[in-house]
Amino acid sequence: MMNVLSSWRSLSEKIIIPIAALILSLVVFGIFCALNGTNPFAVYGVIYQSAFGSAFSWQGTLVRAAPLMLTALCTALPARLGLVVIGNEGALVMGGIGAIAAGLAFSSLPPLVVQIAMAIAAIILGGIWIMGVGALKYYRGVNETISSLLMNYIAIAILNTLVEGPMRDPSSLNKPSTYPLLEVNWLQSIPGSRVHFGLIYGLIACVIAYFLIQRTTFGFGVRTAGGNIRAAKIAGLPVGKLTLAVCFLAGSCAGLAGMVEVAAIHHRANASLNTGYGYSGILVAFVARNNPLASVLVAILLGGLLASGSGLQRSLGLNDASVLVFQGIVFLVILFSESIYGKLDFFKDRQVPPKITPSTQPIA
Amino acid sequence: MAAETADWLGVPLAIIGGTLRGSAPFLFVSLGECLTEKSGKINLGLEGTLLTGAMSAYAVSYLTGSPWLGVLAAGVAGLCLGAIHAWLSQRSGVSDVAVGIAMIVFGSGIAFFFGKAFIQPQAPQLPIFEFGAWSNYPPLQSALQVSPLLLIGIAIAPIMQWFFKSTRWGLYVRAVGDSPSAARAMGISVFWVRFLAITIGSFLSAIGGACLSLYYPGIWSENISSGQGLMAVALVIFARWQPMQCLWAALLFGGAQAIGPALQSVGVTSFRYLFNASPYIFTLIIMIITCSPKRTLAGSPGALGTNE
Amino acid sequence: MKDEKPLYIPRRQIIRGIIASTAFGVTSQLWTGCTPSEPTTTDTTATPPASGSELTIGFIFVGPKDDFGYNQSHFQGQGVISQLAGVKTVDEANVPETATVQETMLSMINQNGATVLFPTSFGYFDPHILKIAKENPTVQFLHCGGMYKEGVHPTNVGSYYGYIDEAEYISGIVAALTTKSGKLGFVAAKPIPQVLRNINSYTLGARSVNPKATVQVIFTGDWSIPVKEAEAANSMVDQGVDVMTCHVDSPKVVIETAEKRKIFCTGYHVDQSQLAPNGFLTGSEWNWGKVYTTYVEQVKAGKTLADGGIPHLVRGGLKEEFCKLSSYGSAVTDATKKEADAVLAKFMDGTMVIYAGEIKDNTGKIVIAKDKKLMQTDPTLEKMDWLVEGVVGKIG
Repeated sequence: MMNVLSSWRSLSEKIIIPIAALILSLVVFGIFCALNGTNPFAVYGVIYQSAFGSAFSWQGTLVRAAPLMLTALCTALPARLGLVVIGNEGALVMGGIGAIAAGLAFSSLPPLVVQIAMAIAAIILGGIWIMGVGALKYYRGVNETISSLLMNYIAIAILNTLVEGPMRDPSSLNKPSTYPLLEVNWLQSIPGSRVHFGLIYGLIACVIAYFLIQRTTFGFGVRTAGGNIRAAKIAGLPVGKLTLAVCFLAGSCAGLAGMVEVAAIHHRANASLNTGYGYSGILVAFVARNNPLASVLVAILLGGLLASGSGLQRSLGLNDASVLVFQGIVFLVILFSESIYGKLDFFKDRQVPPKITPSTQPIA
Repeated sequence: MAAETADWLGVPLAIIGGTLRGSAPFLFVSLGECLTEKSGKINLGLEGTLLTGAMSAYAVSYLTGSPWLGVLAAGVAGLCLGAIHAWLSQRSGVSDVAVGIAMIVFGSGIAFFFGKAFIQPQAPQLPIFEFGAWSNYPPLQSALQVSPLLLIGIAIAPIMQWFFKSTRWGLYVRAVGDSPSAARAMGISVFWVRFLAITIGSFLSAIGGACLSLYYPGIWSENISSGQGLMAVALVIFARWQPMQCLWAALLFGGAQAIGPALQSVGVTSFRYLFNASPYIFTLIIMIITCSPKRTLAGSPGALGTNE
Repeated sequence: MKDEKPLYIPRRQIIRGIIASTAFGVTSQLWTGCTPSEPTTTDTTATPPASGSELTIGFIFVGPKDDFGYNQSHFQGQGVISQLAGVKTVDEANVPETATVQETMLSMINQNGATVLFPTSFGYFDPHILKIAKENPTVQFLHCGGMYKEGVHPTNVGSYYGYIDEAEYISGIVAALTTKSGKLGFVAAKPIPQVLRNINSYTLGARSVNPKATVQVIFTGDWSIPVKEAEAANSMVDQGVDVMTCHVDSPKVVIETAEKRKIFCTGYHVDQSQLAPNGFLTGSEWNWGKVYTTYVEQVKAGKTLADGGIPHLVRGGLKEEFCKLSSYGSAVTDATKKEADAVLAKFMDGTMVIYAGEIKDNTGKIVIAKDKKLMQTDPTLEKMDWLVEGVVGKIG
């Protein structure tokens, strides 16, 4: 108890600095809007209303945040190992393909079985995709950032080829798609809201990821290898197996996001699966410093930003790029704020000088 | 009776033309990123810089009537964005990869926001050298149309190679990139060398954007970049941080972009998407073949990827 | 690491700062009530409502509003109805075809009070519009390009589209009469029926005046990808094409490339004549303003889709003014104009049938039997999956 009280300064630092960063970014964006002829206070009002102002807007924010929690893990997990993987988009697409294939193949079975099959297929395909990136890195030394980026484009090309070719539903004329899922197999919304169960998947996945990395021996091995690969090898850690395992897990999270897109939103696979959630997930992971629990918060923040962008267009006539500027400002300021930790004197825990009592003095 | 115009000479000509047309943005962005990475920091935000450069080049060219002023304006825009990145990513505790990604979003936002007014108008384009004027064969003439920007870029590559190898400032950059603590011991200011390297690298990348909007395809639109900024980061690693190899890699990429449409125009129409993805497939295959776990980072600046 | 002096901020200032920000957060609730969030519409002259309350209409675009193409054509239509009395419009651009558009539609209904929505991109229909329409039965959803099916789709959904291929037919005639090499070029996005129909009508028009003309087609694979469109245009010009046209979301690239290579071109979606002062011949333009005005009048008269007052499936061509022909460019000769105008007159009096008689596709198969005439409204045309004889290129 005494420890908490005496270290309240450094604890409060972790709360106040992010909030101050958000406020500062609002101020900067307000100045930007004012310079372009829009009333900044009206802007703040719309942002608040569209993102967090009512139950309706909260749900809108969560709908936008749900896929980001899963795709962020695709970058956050390998980052613990020291790998920079940006293949989230590719893994999501491959997961979506796997999900629709399973969903159609097993469509006569009971819905729960079908959904589990879809999830498993998505996890496997997405996982293998990123595991390939990890394998290339470990066995051939190919830089994982580049190979995962290239695999994104290749995955999208595969998606388009399959969707317009072998997997195409002939009646989907003007928008080539696969056959649709049966309605019973759709992923439903959480009762009482319009947010689908993908949100729950995302939350559970982030919590599991956190515990996996922070509290298991597997996670410890990952973090050690991420800190110093040579030391890890000397300690006997199977770095190759760790790399493959972590990459598989990372890809499976993004693949699961793809399954949610297919099962909850589109109910089929087509070119719209290539949504950009993957790239937003990279941003979330980095701003959250690869901490899965923080990713949840950052994903909700980004969801709120996107929701406010929609409101800004409709209510104030700002053009659609203003939300990108806003996002950029917020994230740049948050990143800037990360360099302030430990610099402000206010937040430094005061050293309590040891009390000197006559009885403790050594006898000279 | 479909008249299949199997003019097979058309395909190599289209690829040559595509190389000369399409490699200029890759060249400038990869040279800029090469300079940045040699100093030990990654700038992933070049996609945003490319777009802002393209937009400002187009806007200034339209407003002033001079495309060269547009190129200059693009460079200035690149300097500004580069300065933000340089300052922010060098603060302690901030990851340069993260800043780069945030800059992609910010740079694209700025480019699209201010560029809305310029989607419709037509801006004066850069002049072109007609190297094929001696021939009477129109496809050859058009394939050999070369922009002065491409020539400038081709000239910069060996100059940069020489700069790194044989000049004192090049040595400073390499020192800062390989071992910042040694550089500090030498009395070099790590902050300022990196600042200059990142900013000038950004300047070059923005000029790559100007190639897109003032030369080929010669328009401003929000989809103008097909990932050139991100691919250039790949190119630099692919080229082992050597400017001359960046040049060859950029030419390879520019040519590969033209394969898909060129093949379609002579009748090879299946697997359209895979042919369009050929630059990416090529690069991946070449990287798999040429990399090995032992020699992977040969040539990589030592401080790259760490937070020093 | 850089050595930085720790920033020293006195405690009092920090406490003041925190109080200020808390006050900010608390009072922001008040602003949302106070600020008159002025919905800036496309039209600044806010006309007072004629009788009763104002009609709020929402527009959703998949791309930028000023792309010189598809989205701009709808935006121009929005501009037309914003001028009508008692009509207020809100719009959102660059909305992708994912859950985001569902959120946009719901926000327009809940936050802006929209009672009529025009989501203009084809991909919004299934599943997005269908889902939101079911949940909001009092709102009218009018979708461009979809095919409403009685009994399958919710009753408050309607679809409209125009037979712009009629204008493409005439563009094909003008192109074929102007070309010197006999080779025409078509840059297309994806091989879907709406695009194939345009290609085929263009080719049929061209070959009706020049039976040896060919139309080379290249599919870029994406609705808007300027670099590929420019490459496609350039490689076709290298093959000898001297009149170019396209069906992509933003024809700006193709038209400007054609002008740079000094060949002729015909436009699509909107009027692109200012982009190619020398080479522009004519073009096919949408006239959505007319369609939207009709809808607005019906809604104001109290009709709805559900009760059948507003028709579910709306189609029209040149005669119904759903589309029009761009003005002829300077390169079009008078003789050409006369021939084209003659065909235009036939469309206007309803006697013109494009898909008539024996028509073979470009593999030699007969797709329309002799003596059979398919009127524009025939649903088999909306399922087109072949390229007519004279087109150089393949679908798959």
